[in-house]
Amino acid sequence: MVAQLTSGERQLALVVLIALALVGLAMGVVGRADPIGVHGLIVLVLSVGLTFLVLSSLYAPEPSAERLSQYYDDPSKVGIILAIVWGIIGMAMGVWVAALLAWPDLTFDAGWASFGRLRPVHTSGVIFGFGGNALIATSFHVLQRTSRARLAGQFSPWFVLLGYNLFCIIAAAGYFMGVTQSKEYAEPEWYADIWLVIVWVTYFLLYIRTLARRKEPHIYVANWYYMAFILVVAVLHIVNNLAVPVSLGHAKSYSAFSGVQDAMTQWWYGHNAVAFFLTAGFLGMMYYYLPKRAGRPIFSYRLSIISFWGITFMYMWAGSHHLHYTALPEWVQTLGMTFSLVLLVPSWASAGNALATLNGAWHKVRDDATLRFMMAAAVFYGLATFEGSFLAIRQVNSLSHYTDWTVGHVHAGALGWVALITFGSIYSVVPWLWKRERMYSAALVEVHFWLAIAGTVVYVFAMWNSGIIQGLMWRTYNESGTLTYSFIDSVVAMHPYYIARAFGGLLFLLGILVCAYNIWMTIRMAPAVQPTSTADLPEPRQIPVSPAPAE
Amino acid sequence: MDIGERDPVTGQMTTGHEWNGITELYTPIPRVVIFFLVLGTLFSIGYWLLMPAWPLGTTYTKGLLGLDQKTQVEQQLELASAERSAWTSKIESMDFAAILADPALMTIVNQAGSTLFKDNCAVCHGTSGTGSQGFPNLTTKSWLWGGDPQTIFETVRVGINSTHPDTRVSQMLSFGRDGVLERAQISDVVSYVQSLGGVAGEAAADSESVARGKDVFSANCVACHGDDGKGKPDVGAPNLTDAWWIYGSDRQSIFATIFNGHQGHMPHWEDRLSNTDRKLLTLYVLSLSEKKT
Repeated sequence: MVAQLTSGERQLALVVLIALALVGLAMGVVGRADPIGVHGLIVLVLSVGLTFLVLSSLYAPEPSAERLSQYYDDPSKVGIILAIVWGIIGMAMGVWVAALLAWPDLTFDAGWASFGRLRPVHTSGVIFGFGGNALIATSFHVLQRTSRARLAGQFSPWFVLLGYNLFCIIAAAGYFMGVTQSKEYAEPEWYADIWLVIVWVTYFLLYIRTLARRKEPHIYVANWYYMAFILVVAVLHIVNNLAVPVSLGHAKSYSAFSGVQDAMTQWWYGHNAVAFFLTAGFLGMMYYYLPKRAGRPIFSYRLSIISFWGITFMYMWAGSHHLHYTALPEWVQTLGMTFSLVLLVPSWASAGNALATLNGAWHKVRDDATLRFMMAAAVFYGLATFEGSFLAIRQVNSLSHYTDWTVGHVHAGALGWVALITFGSIYSVVPWLWKRERMYSAALVEVHFWLAIAGTVVYVFAMWNSGIIQGLMWRTYNESGTLTYSFIDSVVAMHPYYIARAFGGLLFLLGILVCAYNIWMTIRMAPAVQPTSTADLPEPRQIPVSPAPAE
Repeated sequence: MDIGERDPVTGQMTTGHEWNGITELYTPIPRVVIFFLVLGTLFSIGYWLLMPAWPLGTTYTKGLLGLDQKTQVEQQLELASAERSAWTSKIESMDFAAILADPALMTIVNQAGSTLFKDNCAVCHGTSGTGSQGFPNLTTKSWLWGGDPQTIFETVRVGINSTHPDTRVSQMLSFGRDGVLERAQISDVVSYVQSLGGVAGEAAADSESVARGKDVFSANCVACHGDDGKGKPDVGAPNLTDAWWIYGSDRQSIFATIFNGHQGHMPHWEDRLSNTDRKLLTLYVLSLSEKKT
């Protein structure tokens, strides 16, 4: 793949990798008595490894100019594979931490295997590792097709993809060592955060540069959502992670915010990570792969518009519903609750727009598990957003807050919506990217569909039960006016549900293993006999007469 | 707007745009979406008028209902406290003997005490008070500091080897590590202590070792554990003749105890729990051992 880069791009890659290796070396030396030193070593090893990869093809012949008449899909292919690898790691960690809650001895008395360290490996592994790689890979694919333009440059897509994965590796390795800034979904420390800013700004620039080259007069809906995802995640990430490191040789830093401001900033970040990472990005996926697979026009362009602006405008206000009945001033809670309620309308409008798009294609939903993945995702999106608005009501929240109901809600969204739409998109895009006629086995896609649905349903029902029981036990009083149950009584009552939850998670994990096998076998299949249709080529006018200059 | 085509399935026109084969219909926004959007907005405006809602520089709109979460929770706490005062005032004012003699009051004590115990004490002493390795069993009547209500209440108040200024202080010295006794002497003391009757299931040591151990015991241990080994509650020294052992009764465990010593720790609860709660706990803990007999 390095041979596909121009010699100028190869040199640029070398310079960046060597600079990165030096940064890793410096981190390793300055922070040798600190976990940051181990991180430096990881950076050093990975960048030196990639340096050798680039060196191995440094003097390969220049790539032919013909490549510019095709879309650049290599980063998408690698991104899809990385997404699956992270998905397996993250979901296996999820099953482990779920089992830990049912059988606490599974930590084996090791610090790195304690719940507090494994849990962020699970959450970051699935959200950032699995979800993030799938978003980057599909965004490159969708962006090029809907713009009829090749990605702007060949180096920056790799920088974005591999740089992002370096962030994920630093994050996970840090958690095992106990490195965390204790902000949920923003656990990585300051140096990982700075690196992600560099990667993310490159991603944003790559996206708008490619969009600027589009040959279509209008920007397609999917790209609105991908753009919102990239732009807002940058803003959220930068603001919430403002911190002062103890020193350049220490992993530890202190947040710029304190007390209730810190809590509010964190949940403004946290809820909008749900909105713009886990919702907007995946809606972008849905708006391309669902109509494409169904072969149907989008139900309503006008509905797309009000859903998009409704979601982007209202989510921004909703974060404070995570802090009902806390020291947060009540007026902030009121605003968070009301905006969360109205948010249901554009959310259901999006889900409805997706499902109504399937009108005229329901026979395909019946026969094609890939399309059914996306249909089920839209249904779970509707369910999870309804539940979200409901839980944001202060009085409901007083029962549900701090219970497993919240965990169940998150997983209805994460398993039912995010993962299902991702699997549907992956099963669509893998044959297209690798130029295969179809997936290796449609039957295995069907098996995966039912494993994923069963796993999600078992998980969510277990957590609804345990969450509501927990909430009720915590507020049940004796006639004398004292609490009927102690906290440990409620923990004991959760045990059967925790076993059920671990079982549901195990089914979901088996599903992604089936998926990985299916993708592996698809890649090993012979390429499709018929040549690629012209629909999968950029605008022909872009073919330059003479070899294009390096990006 | 470009001129689109009519979609045969829905009868709607497309917008005329196409992206990689994807088209869009120009279907009007369904009425129900507009309806709920308006309804949600009206509800929000109404809710903002009634509740604290919008910031105004250094203050905020207080809402027509005049509700405030802080005063609300204070009122609710007062109300709950007033409802409970029917019996909490009795617990507060009556002495232990009088409470124990009042069956109605004792029903409440056992309900409330059970939850209090599990939330505060069970981490060390177990949910049923039976203790575990290093943590005393409270159901045996084998009390370190004495088992009358007033003494238990005091132990709960100040703790053992805690940070409370009045804390109970007790320590088993490390006779081996500090070189007070030889290993052979410790081994003999183990034989003697095991012969005092509190240990079942271990092979009896030879009588010479027991005799030597008795001498060492008389010279080193009786100050705290008493001439007969039955312990002294005023210094928190355990009875060595009963069946209850905090750190284990096998040869190895007793040897380790004598060699390394022990200084158990119980936190004090004066700052964490109210007088009433501590009284409830005292009576509840007492009831745990009463049930056994």
